[in-house]
Amino acid sequence: MRAAVIQFPGSNCDRDMAVAFDKVSGHNKPTQMVWHKDDHLPEGLDVIGIPGGFSFGDYLRCGAIAARSPIVQSVVEFARRGGYVLGICNGFQVLTESGLLPGVLMRNSNLKFICKDVDVIVRTTDSAFTNRYAKGQKLRMPIAHHDGNYTTDPDSLRRLKDEDRIAFTYDVNPNGSLDDIAGILSENRRVLGMMPHPERLNDPQLGGTDGSGLFESIAEALVSA
Amino acid sequence: MKARVTVTLKAGVLDPQGEAVRRSLGALGFEGVEAVRQGKVIELDLAETDPATAEENVRKMCEKLLANTVIENYAIEIV
Repeated sequence: MRAAVIQFPGSNCDRDMAVAFDKVSGHNKPTQMVWHKDDHLPEGLDVIGIPGGFSFGDYLRCGAIAARSPIVQSVVEFARRGGYVLGICNGFQVLTESGLLPGVLMRNSNLKFICKDVDVIVRTTDSAFTNRYAKGQKLRMPIAHHDGNYTTDPDSLRRLKDEDRIAFTYDVNPNGSLDDIAGILSENRRVLGMMPHPERLNDPQLGGTDGSGLFESIAEALVSA
Repeated sequence: MKARVTVTLKAGVLDPQGEAVRRSLGALGFEGVEAVRQGKVIELDLAETDPATAEENVRKMCEKLLANTVIENYAIEIV
């Protein structure tokens, strides 16, 4: 499995994400770090991670500036060719701003930055990101965001539901997000955006391993593809 | 030529910041503030000298970057 992680000024979960990919991809194929000013992606990638953080200082709107950078246009083309893309936290915001996922992440309804562990429920196992989990399985994951209040128009919400594209919901809604949504899939199910941080849960010494299943799912999907 | 873009949340989109401002105004004794909607103003200095062309360019900027039209409206003034 060949993975890359895009780094923007202000990204801060990029190395955690690379460690999580490395654990499942084998160390002979280390995750490639791609700086946002690079004008093209490495050859032969299977999956691209867009990490959490505060790209470009969250100026204008979270993820807005990053989503218009040339490298993200390359990520959009990669996704349209059927590549796998995982956006976590600020990465989710970049994916909605780029148009790869519908909707938008607004300011949390209580206006506060929320940093705590929450229960997240797996809503579908029909994706390359969730096939190692069980439907309805409860995972304990950290969230750390100011703008995680997902919303979209009624038509898009109906499509997300009808097409089984809501990947994760919160057990107890922390941020006001529509229908408790914590993560959604693209139409071809190969792009996942989520606010909780599975890349921070890959080592029993660092809070648990509830996030490992997501990265193992990707590795398994690529092997069986 | 200058352009001023006003970005506001669409009607029906919850504005928790506006609501917090409204409550704070109430706490300061300003009565009768029934709703507050918060937006942003973006001022642009443009080299373009033709107002119609300038407005058309700024409209493209709004659609591509300055506003997220899922939740926001924008208004352009050429000044």
